Amino acid sequence: MADKINRRDFVRKVVEGTASAVMLTVCGPMRSLANASEEAATEPSAPAYDATQHYYGMGVQIDRCIGCGKCADACKSENNVPREPFYFRTWVERYVIDAEREVHVDSPGGGLHGFSPPAAEEDILRSFFVPKLCNHCDHPPCVQVCPVGATFKTQDGVVLVDQDYCVGCRYCIQACPYGARYLHPEKHAADKCTFCYQRITKGMLPACVEVCPTQTRVFGEINGISSPLHRLMKMEEIQVLKPELNTEPKVLYTKLDGEVR
Amino acid sequence: MKKLNFSIGKVPDQAVRIGTVFILGLVGALILRHHFLPESFGELGHYRANAIPGIKALPLHYAGWQTCGACHEDELDKKMAGFHKNLSCETCHGPAYDHAVVDPTASTPNVPRAREACLTCHGYLPSRPTGFPQILELQHNPMEPCIKCHNPHNPAAEQVAPACSGCHGEIARTKAISHHALLQCETCHTAPPEHKENPRQFLPKKPTNREFCGQCHSKGTQTSGTLLGVDLTSRDIPKVDLETHGNTYLCWQCHYPHYPEGK
Repeated sequence: MADKINRRDFVRKVVEGTASAVMLTVCGPMRSLANASEEAATEPSAPAYDATQHYYGMGVQIDRCIGCGKCADACKSENNVPREPFYFRTWVERYVIDAEREVHVDSPGGGLHGFSPPAAEEDILRSFFVPKLCNHCDHPPCVQVCPVGATFKTQDGVVLVDQDYCVGCRYCIQACPYGARYLHPEKHAADKCTFCYQRITKGMLPACVEVCPTQTRVFGEINGISSPLHRLMKMEEIQVLKPELNTEPKVLYTKLDGEVR
Repeated sequence: MKKLNFSIGKVPDQAVRIGTVFILGLVGALILRHHFLPESFGELGHYRANAIPGIKALPLHYAGWQTCGACHEDELDKKMAGFHKNLSCETCHGPAYDHAVVDPTASTPNVPRAREACLTCHGYLPSRPTGFPQILELQHNPMEPCIKCHNPHNPAAEQVAPACSGCHGEIARTKAISHHALLQCETCHTAPPEHKENPRQFLPKKPTNREFCGQCHSKGTQTSGTLLGVDLTSRDIPKVDLETHGNTYLCWQCHYPHYPEGK
C-alpha cells in the first residue's frame, strides 16, 4: 500500500508543479500587457508612431562630401557621445591615393575638427572623403553574436542597443565588420549609431543629416515610394561597403571608390 | 529493505525514472526561465520590447531649421535666397533645441564670427569635390574676417559674377585655385556674343592643337614681357619640348587646363 501512496503523491506533486509553472509563464506576458495598456493610458497625447510602416536607410553621396566634420560633431552633441577622440557613432575618413597607387586613409579625431592639407599635394592621384557610420545591416552580425539579446533590429529596420540590458562583453564590437561600435566608458554598454531614433520616430531628421551642408547624407525610407532616399536609389548607382559579407547594409553609397574598405 | 516499485503498467522501471527526471528538469527550467527572462522579452523578437520607448524618449539637442525659422523669419528668408539655402541653421550655430523649443531666454546659440569658422568648409583641401567654393587661406584677404565682405546668410560677394562664371562656376572656382588663376577665360576661349542667349547653338571656341599651349609652355618661347595678356616677368612657367613631350597626345588629354597641376 505504501508504494501506491508514494506514486499518487508523486504524480500529484508533478502535476501541481507543472501547473504552477505554466500559470507563472502564462501570467508573465499578461502582466506586461497590462502594464503596456497602463502606459498607453497615461500618455494619450503622444503621437502615434507605427514602426511597421517604416523601413529606414541612409544614402551617402561621396562626391559631395567636403570633409567639414559637422556630422561627426552634431552626432556627439545629439547623442552625448564622449568627446574623447576615440568614441564615434559616425566619423569621416579621408582617402588619399598617391601617384604610386598607395592608399592612405586618415581620420584625425574622426574628422571632427576638419582636416589639414596633406603633406605632398603634387603626389595625389585622387582623394576624397568617406563618411562612415553603422550600416544598419539587414543581416546584422552584431545581433547574431549578442549572448543576451541586448542588441536587435527593430521593426523599422534600425539596429539598436538595449543599454540597460547589455552586459558589456564586447562581442558585438568584435563582430561588426565596419568598426561602427564602441564601449561607452560611463554606461559600460555597447554604443552605436541609432539613426537618432529619438528624432526619426518624431518625424525629424538624424542630427548628421540635419547639419550636413552639402546634402551628402540623405535619410529616408528604403521601401517607401516617395522619400529623398528612394529617389537617390532610383537615380544613382548604389554601392554598399563590404558587399561580399552579405550583411546587406542599409547605408547606401554613391560614387564609391573601389579602394574604400 | 523494501524494494521501491515505480512501475506504471508495463513501462519499465528505468524509463519511468528517467522520465521523471526529465519532467522535473523541464519544470525547473520553465520556472527559472520565468524568473530570469526580463519582462517583454520576446514580444517583438529576441529582445526586450520595453527598451524601445526608453530610446525613443532620449533628449533632443537639434531643433531643425523649420523651428528656427518660425521666429527668425528674416534670417531664414535671406538664407533661402542665397547659396546657403540648403544649410541648416544649426550647422553653423550649433545645437539649439533648448533655445528654440524649451526656453528662448535660457541660452543663446553660438554665433561664429571668426575666419576659422568659414574655413572649416571653404578652406582649400585637395580632397574636396571639384567646384566646391574654396579659398587659399593665405592669399584670399589674409587675416580679415570673412563677414567683412560676405553675409553668412547670403554669402555671395557683392561683386556680380563675371560673364563666364555665372554659368561655368564650377570651372571658375577650380581655376581660381590653380596655377592658371590669372588667365582670363578669353585667353583660351572666344565665345560669340550669341552664346549668352543660345549657349548650345553658338559654342565658344576651344584650343585645337598642341601649339596653342606651346605658346607659353614650349621650350624657347619668350620669358619676359606680356603674352596673352599675362605678365611673364618673374613667372616660373614650366617648359617642355613639344617635339618629344607627350608623344602625339593633345595637351589636355593628360593635363586638365583649368587645374593643370593636378595629376
